[in-house]
Amino acid sequence: MHIAEGYLPPLHAAAWTVVAAPFVVHGARAVVRQVRDNPESKLLLGAAGAFTFVLSALKIPSVTGSCSHPTGTGLGAVLFRPPVMALLGTIVLFFQATLLAHGGLTTLGANAFSMAVVGPWVAYGVYRLVRSVGGGLGLGVFFAAALGDLATYCVTSAQLALAFPDATSGVLGSVLKFGSIFAVTQIPLAVSEGLLTVLVVRLLVRVSPAELERLGLLKRPSEPTEVTA
Amino acid sequence: MTRSTLLNWLLLVAVVVLVAFPVVFVDGEFAGSDGQAEEAITESHPDYEPWFAPLYEPPSGEIESGLFALQAALGAGVVGYYFGVVRTKRRLGADRPAEAGRSADGVGPETADD
Repeated sequence: MHIAEGYLPPLHAAAWTVVAAPFVVHGARAVVRQVRDNPESKLLLGAAGAFTFVLSALKIPSVTGSCSHPTGTGLGAVLFRPPVMALLGTIVLFFQATLLAHGGLTTLGANAFSMAVVGPWVAYGVYRLVRSVGGGLGLGVFFAAALGDLATYCVTSAQLALAFPDATSGVLGSVLKFGSIFAVTQIPLAVSEGLLTVLVVRLLVRVSPAELERLGLLKRPSEPTEVTA
Repeated sequence: MTRSTLLNWLLLVAVVVLVAFPVVFVDGEFAGSDGQAEEAITESHPDYEPWFAPLYEPPSGEIESGLFALQAALGAGVVGYYFGVVRTKRRLGADRPAEAGRSADGVGPETADD
């Protein structure tokens, strides 16, 4: 989903930067508030950011015979809500743009919008939807991570289609063309990311249930039982 | 092994199978999709010139893959650190429920964690 440096016309690059910037600034404030109000969640916040760091570094082969990488933003979005991931995801993209020549500074806005804004929001929305219709934690997390991942690549396809509409079939034809490159390749990867995120959440439930209760993923024991000494 | 642990292992195996399947059964070059998108742009819009170049580019594929490995290693290190810390905290807490109870009225030595 990394649009390469210089591969969006200046007008598009500027527009996406303007669109993404408020989300990232809002995200930075959300991170500061999270750390200030819940200092004990600092470590898990770091781990959620690190999860994105790992997954977005892994180029994974797909059934289309090409490689792509998961995004890892669904976990943090479900744990800490999407604004936090707007900042963390953008930091990852910035690292890759400056040190790895992967993505770019001119395309940072567009890439941040797809991976750090839309992906996490879709993940969070899907998670809430699944939980509200009675789905369990695992099911909610799976669809959140998988569809958040897929949504990121759909946005990238649309961004490129808007910048490079097909000569004959227009923007729509171009969406299909870039979609076949990105979105189709991404389907098995999205499933992998979903399963992996479920695994991580299951481990979190085991080792730090109190933390998940505080974040609202697990219900607190229904009766406020007195802490017997 | 509990059912929960078994399910965790199955999840891990499923991920590995999903990743390994294409390499074994699909005949492809496994080029990056980002690069393919670039090619598609060059093909449909041959007159488009990228107007900005990366400030720093890893001088070789080896160095680039090394930096990617570094990125993954840093991330995995932090995730592992988190699980190590909370697991240890939980163990130490679970080992001393009686003591924790006794010191509920005062400040016991173990309440001063960290």
